[in-house]
Amino acid sequence: MKIGVMAITVLKNLVKGPDTIRYPSQPAKVTEATRGHLVNHIEDCTFCSLCQMHCPADAIKVSRPDRTWTLNQFQCVICGCCMSYCPKDCLLIEQTYLPPTTEEIIVTLIGPDEEKPEEQRNGGNRG
Amino acid sequence: MSRQIVVPFGPQHPVLPEPIHLDLVLEDERVVEAIPSIGYIHRGLEKLVEKRDFKDYVFISERICGICSFIHGATYCQSVEKIMGVEIPRRAEFLRAIWSEHSRMHSHLLWLGCFADSMGYENLFMNCWKVREKILDVMERTTGGRIIQGVNRVGGVSRDIDAEELKRIASGIPGLRADFTELTRIFDEDLTVQTRTKGIGMLPRDKAWDLGAVGPVLRGSGHAVDTRCTGYGAYDELDFKPVVRNESDCYARCMVRAEELFTSLDLVENAIDRIPAGDILTKVRGNPTGEFHARAEQPRGEVIHYVKANGKKNLVRHRVRTPTLANIPPLVHMLAGCELADVPVIVLTIDPCIGCMER
Ligand code: SF4
Ligand code: SF4
Repeated sequence: MKIGVMAITVLKNLVKGPDTIRYPSQPAKVTEATRGHLVNHIEDCTFCSLCQMHCPADAIKVSRPDRTWTLNQFQCVICGCCMSYCPKDCLLIEQTYLPPTTEEIIVTLIGPDEEKPEEQRNGGNRG
Repeated sequence: MSRQIVVPFGPQHPVLPEPIHLDLVLEDERVVEAIPSIGYIHRGLEKLVEKRDFKDYVFISERICGICSFIHGATYCQSVEKIMGVEIPRRAEFLRAIWSEHSRMHSHLLWLGCFADSMGYENLFMNCWKVREKILDVMERTTGGRIIQGVNRVGGVSRDIDAEELKRIASGIPGLRADFTELTRIFDEDLTVQTRTKGIGMLPRDKAWDLGAVGPVLRGSGHAVDTRCTGYGAYDELDFKPVVRNESDCYARCMVRAEELFTSLDLVENAIDRIPAGDILTKVRGNPTGEFHARAEQPRGEVIHYVKANGKKNLVRHRVRTPTLANIPPLVHMLAGCELADVPVIVLTIDPCIGCMER
């Protein structure tokens, strides 16, 4: 039993300065693999609803008649399950974390018009 | 005899990371009896199995716990794979072992920090978490998630660790070992830790067995019981010896966890040396039929995942027996007769994970 066994560690820490970063004013550490947030390339989406069916958090709502794809970012746990079912591979997880917020963020994406497949393809190329 | 009073402890209490309620019956400053009540954060995750595809449920099973999530996911997959007769690739089993041991290290470091905090030792708390961050970095680099890895799939794992990354993990091991040695030395020698833990919260060897303690609580009372000895997954090929202490007090349980950091590190090293090349995921077709219970060793002790299926894509039943629930009766025994000031320390020595206990 001794006292002051941490003294050297404490001194080292004092000299070295803090190990933490001041998130969110400083960006968070991310790696190539980090699951930050989910995005959808809506121009490729066929509104098949597979992502909605398999989302464990019920975060996605897809409407084929309205051609909308809605994601509740507060509910999404960024598991990537929807990605593995998407037949068009238009869902993607990006590395950056979303900024902290106090309000629910619901993202609604509207797909290009189905009647004009020509325009849609051109739009896709431009994007 | 002095008058008895009841003091509520929890569900909100500075040392409790999660809500559990104890009614402490006191005589002066001495606890005569502790009456636990649970059920503050029941989320009904087991029931969800009836609504979700058994493959999507892996993500939910991982979220049963916010600390030992990886092992929950892996054990659920193990049980489903068993009833479906799926043989998963050997490499996937090794990868699961590597991530499981990282999970264990980060959980034990988290606990050591919280334990130091329960004694009011803020400095040591921060230091444990500083070291833990290095483990989380490895997790994030290799899986994409710091705490919830999300790489388990029925049939294997979804991400591989390439040779370069394995080398990088191996090269970080000596540094981690030095950090662990320093932390263990502090817990082993410091006056504050010693006076707050030695001879406190006794759980005699036979009592621990009778009350069904699991994990470090049982091993701190002299029983060499560890589910990893059963050789599930890749553990049959890895050299492993459980850590056992005989003192049966808070100090013993603390040291079991501190020493397990080193065994985990050895296991990771071992697994990196022996990992075979090959696939990481077997394609799973059809729906499961039958029932099985898989056992695995979590940082807190043995966990059991029971699944029952009848050939549909939703399982009929999923039941989890978590280590914290098994450690509540021993906790009640430890608390009887202790001083009120020691209650936080004793409660923490079972490493309560209420989130996973109540699911
Ligand atoms: S699964 Fe893919 S293609 Fe289908 S609705 Fe979802 S995002 Fe669109
Ligand atoms: S990442 Fe997971 S939680 Fe988020 S929308 Fe996709 S399936 Fe749902």
